[in-house]
Order: sequence, then structure tokens, then C-alpha cells
Amino acid sequence: MSAVTAEHGHDDHHDDHAHGPEKGWLRWIITTNHKDIGTLYLLFALAMFFVGGTMAMIIRAELFEPGMQFVDPKFFNSMTTMHALVMVFGAVMPAFVGLANWMIPMMIGAPDMALPRMNNMSFWMLVAGVLLLASTLFMEGGAPAGGWTLYPPLVLQTGKALPFAIFSVHLLGISSIMGAINIVATILNMRAPAMTLMRMPLFVWTWLITGFLLIAIMPVFAGAVTMLLTDKFFHTSFFDAAGGGDPVLYQHIFWFFGHPEVYVMILPTFGVASTIIPVFARKPLFGYSSMVYATASIAFLSFIVWAHHMFTVGMPISGELYFMYATMLIAIPTGVKVFNWTATMWKGAMTFETPMLFSIAFVVLFTLGGFTGLMMSVAPVDFQYHDTYFIVAHFHYTLVPASIFILMAAGYYWMPKWTGHMYNEKVGQLHFWLSAISVNILFFPQHFLGLAGMPRRIPDYAIQFADWNMISSIGGFIFGASQLLFLWIVIDTIKGGTGEKVSDEVWEDAHKHGLEWTLPSPVPYHTFSTPPTVIPCDHN
Amino acid sequence: MNDDVEVKNKKLGQKLAIIAIAMFGFGYALVPLYDVLCEWKWIERDRPDAIKAIPETAYTIDVNRNINVEFMTSLNENTPMVFSSEMSQLQVHPGEYHTVSFYAENKTNKTMVARAIPSFSPALTSTYFEKVECFCFSEQTFAPHEKKTMPMRFVVNPALPPEYKTITLSYTFFDNTETAVKK
Repeated sequence: MSAVTAEHGHDDHHDDHAHGPEKGWLRWIITTNHKDIGTLYLLFALAMFFVGGTMAMIIRAELFEPGMQFVDPKFFNSMTTMHALVMVFGAVMPAFVGLANWMIPMMIGAPDMALPRMNNMSFWMLVAGVLLLASTLFMEGGAPAGGWTLYPPLVLQTGKALPFAIFSVHLLGISSIMGAINIVATILNMRAPAMTLMRMPLFVWTWLITGFLLIAIMPVFAGAVTMLLTDKFFHTSFFDAAGGGDPVLYQHIFWFFGHPEVYVMILPTFGVASTIIPVFARKPLFGYSSMVYATASIAFLSFIVWAHHMFTVGMPISGELYFMYATMLIAIPTGVKVFNWTATMWKGAMTFETPMLFSIAFVVLFTLGGFTGLMMSVAPVDFQYHDTYFIVAHFHYTLVPASIFILMAAGYYWMPKWTGHMYNEKVGQLHFWLSAISVNILFFPQHFLGLAGMPRRIPDYAIQFADWNMISSIGGFIFGASQLLFLWIVIDTIKGGTGEKVSDEVWEDAHKHGLEWTLPSPVPYHTFSTPPTVIPCDHN
Repeated sequence: MNDDVEVKNKKLGQKLAIIAIAMFGFGYALVPLYDVLCEWKWIERDRPDAIKAIPETAYTIDVNRNINVEFMTSLNENTPMVFSSEMSQLQVHPGEYHTVSFYAENKTNKTMVARAIPSFSPALTSTYFEKVECFCFSEQTFAPHEKKTMPMRFVVNPALPPEYKTITLSYTFFDNTETAVKK
């Protein structure tokens, strides 16, 4: 701590709001500023996106042709497991927490997050968790290889890495619970007086609901992996059949967490899409209140549909029917959202800058991913799709051209505000078209592979799957390489971008859509020290 | 940020943290809840007392129905045993008693405590599969390289719903030596 005090000079530093950022690299370690922490989250997520992406490239390279080419099967299985864990807990979730940190205080007219010190702690705990997870790759017996769901008894065969993987899940869980508590407290307590709940931007609404989801589910997952830990090392028998336990119980607990978890990754996506589309359609968001209610309904339904992930586990027919119909219900609020986005664009004066292109692609491709989800909600046919490449195609459509595309859109949309520099639109458009085309070459053939019966998580496959796998891999390599363009754009924009002077609102009439566009570009280190009195309202 | 808001934030943060801790407890509460839901048949699972003896009762034998009972034997990971059954399947009439022998051998030079756990498919048939005698009722102790022939006597209750024509009964032997010593 002595270094910290030396650097600070005086103790009441944190309460002194007149100053700018800390000088030197220590700024990034000790910062409690929501913008700094937002930047840290976003850059960390981007780094993890490339780490997880590299693992995906290894997977696609191995699957390029039948037979074993590059890696041994154990390592391949580690790659599928680690790719999922890194992308979910290291890339997508932190990216949205980063956006929340940056944008929520600015969107609701607050000076900072509600609990700034905890904010710093939750970020560094995330880093520790991911490093611990990555370290399992170098342990005796290799990283976990039984799938990201960590099903027993298979996962209990992990070598030395098992307790480390479990502790890493604990750290990641505590980190996201702290992040969620902070976001919920910020939204409930820190809004400018004129910012009533039903005037909040939808990104804020979706994060409020996501925050509650996280607080409710992450501890359940932490409990489930703790049971795995005690089963393995302390002779409890939660899931151990020899002692009267039941491995299927783990699946129920896991998916009680797991289904809301997938919505943790999609609800903020909806929020960003609802923020971007009105600006480029030059119309208010269609059906604001129905968007809010739809988000809340989706969150509620997510708690009562978990067993649709386990239709083949052996359930009474009444259970299959209940989970089937409850799952189908989710299509209704989700449909409301898709129609609202479409209605927002309808007869709008649309322009197609990179953020809008990614958002439109999101609406189309997310709907496609939603439809395959609806197909799998039908219990009797799910017996065919279960654990095949069909499910792989489904959830990648809802994650890559949905969550990831919207994260890209958010990056392009807010980067000029954050940095004060305009990104290179030409390279942005190139990044979009390459990504949008290659993502379909990558994932669409996986539907066919799944329907033809190719199981997921295997390093080798029968000859009849060869062609589509090769096409899918080619799409994967193009998609992976295209993302380097985004990395280039991020670095280029931070360094100065096109050199074009960006106005405060950046996008035409954006100030009518959100408080953040009333602030200068780049945003000063401290904003809204006094709450704004005039709130732009994007809806009626 | 003024002190008022800071106090409010801290209080709300604490409340939310309590919810998080309560949800950790809820995760554990799902364990007994699971047993209850299985009991209510909301979730299908082998009858938990499938490893308890049921007194032999005389049923009327339903000669018009044939039930194919299949036997599977397997070993849990790293269980150094040989384990098999004398037949892989058997045609029975509901209400008719049968005895099937299972063979197990300890392949090590040490005394081993092992436990066989049954599993039924379809799981709901476990309610109608009544065992009078079974090696699975308790842990079995094997001397070094000991070979055992173990009988299992059972009857299929004639109340078995007519849609069930095949019952697969699988036994898995788990090496419990380590846990048994600890107890």
C-alpha cells in the first residue's frame, strides 16, 4: 500500500473530483473510475475473444478433414471445453459488464457507479479467475475436457486441474455477482431525478433485469461446482451413484443456472440493439414499454424451462410436455422484440453505417437462431437433435451473429464518443461484410451436419460429414481472420482514427436518443457531477 | 457523490449480497427438493429403495404377458474387477419368481469393498421390479482375488402397466474401499 500512498500524495484523493486520471500505469490497477474500469473490461474481453477464437481455430483446423491431423483427442476436448468457458466467462459477459460500466452512469445521468471500489475488485477478480482457468492448460492431465457444462461423472476424471477449474468458476462467479450488484445498485439509486424507470434507455433496463438474473443464478452454479469438489475430495455423494447420489441431479442444478445464464448473454444484446436501431432509422423505438415487459417475461420464463436441455435424460411424459410448452412460450416475448425492431426501421430514414449494419444482421441472424431453438423445444424431435452439431449451430447463431455482432456494433457506435476519434468507416464496412458472410459459411452447414447425425465434441468423424466440415472450417478461418480488422480499427481509432473532428452527438440527432450524446467527445474523465435536468426521451 | 446516496448504495449492495448468499443456499436446497420431486414423479428416477429387499409375496402369474428382462453389468472407472451375469436376458411372466446369478472377481492383491448400484430403463419400471434377494443391498467385501457367485431373486409385479415390454436392469460395481476405510 505504501506505493499507493506515495503515488497519491494525500489520503482524501478519492473524494477529490476535480482531478483527471492518475498518472502512469498504476492508474489502471487502482482506478475506481467507471470509464477506466469499463475500458479495462472491454479490452480484457477483446483479448479473451482472440484467445477463445484461437481455440476455435484449433477446433476447426482439426475438423477440416476426417481423421486426426494436428492435436490429440484429449487436447481437442480440452479445446472445446475451454473455448466455451473462455468465450462465455472471459469474453461475452465481461464485454457487456464493460459496456454497462462505461454507459450506464452516462445514460442515467450519474457521476459514477454506485460502489466504485467493489467495481475495481470485481474486475481484478475476473482477471484472476481467467488466469487460473488458463493455467489448467499446463497442468498434469490437461485442462477440463468434459464440456463446459462440467457434467459428472465425466468431469471428475479431470486430472490435477479439477480443483483449479472449480476455484476459477468460484472467482468468476463472485466477480460477476459483484458486477451485477453494482449495476443494479447504480440503476436503482443513482438515476438523475428526472430519469424515471420508464424513461430509462433499454440498455439500462435490460441490464437491470440481467443483474437480477446474475445475482440469482451465479451462486447456484457456485454451489453445484462446490458439490463436485466435495464429491471428489471429501467423499460426499451428491452426484456419486456409489454413495446414493444421482448424476442427473447435477444436470438439473446446472441448467437451473445455465438457462438464465444464456439470457445473461442475450438480454444486454437486445438492449444495445434497441439503442442503436432507432438512431440510424431516425425514429423513436417502436413499442418501448412492450420491450420492457418482453425483457422481464423472458427473464421470468428463463427460470422455469431449464430441463429442455435434458429432454433425453429420462423424464416422465408430463415433464417433457411441460418443459416443451413452457419453452415455446419464450418465442412470444422474443417475437415481440423482433417485430418492434422491424417496426422501428419501417419507413425510417435509414442509413447504413457499420453499427447499423451489424444491428440489422443481428435482427436477421438472431431470428434464425431463435427458430432453430424453437425446433429443438419440440421434445420428440429434440431426441434427434440432442448433442449433435444442430445444437452447436443453434447456439452459435444466437451468440456469434447475435451477441458478438451487437458487441461489435456497440464498439463502432460508442468508440467515437469514448475516444473522440472517428473510426475508419471503409474498414468497418469491410469487417462487417466479411464477418456477416463468413459467419454463415461457418455455422449454416453445421445445421446439415447435425441433422445428418454428427455428434458434437468429437475430434474425428465419419467420411460422409467431410464436405460440410471443410466448408464450415473455411468459413471459420475467414471469420477468424476478419476479426483482426476489428483489432486494427480499435487500435487505429484510439490513436486518432481518420482524424475527422467528431461532434458531441457523433451520429445525426443522436442527442435526442440518449444522454451520453449531450456530453463532449471525447467524454471528460468525470461527467454528471451534478445530475442533468433535461432528459431526452426516445419514446412516448 | 454525497453521503446520503453513499449510505443508500451500501445498504442496497448489502441487501443484494444477502440475496446472492441465499441463492447459494437454494442451490443446496435443490438436493432434497430433487428427492421430493422424484417421489412425486415430476422427475423420473429409479425408486430410491430399489436397493432394499421386499418380502416375497405370492402374485397370480400372468401367463399371457411376456416381459423381456435384460441384464447389463459394468464397472465404474478404475474398479479392478471382473463382473458378469449368467445370462444377458430372460423372458418372464409377471408374478413369476426367478433367480439370476452374477459373478464378480477381485483382481487385486488387496481386500476390496465394492458396491453394486442398479439402474433401470425405463426408470419407472423400477417401482414394479421387486427384489427379494440381491447382492446390491449392501457393500460386498472381497478377499484378494476372491471370486463370488451372487444370486439375485426378483419378481415383476403384475401391476406393471401394459406398455412396458422390456426392462433393462444395469448393475455398476463401484470400488468403495477408500471410503469404507475412512468410515
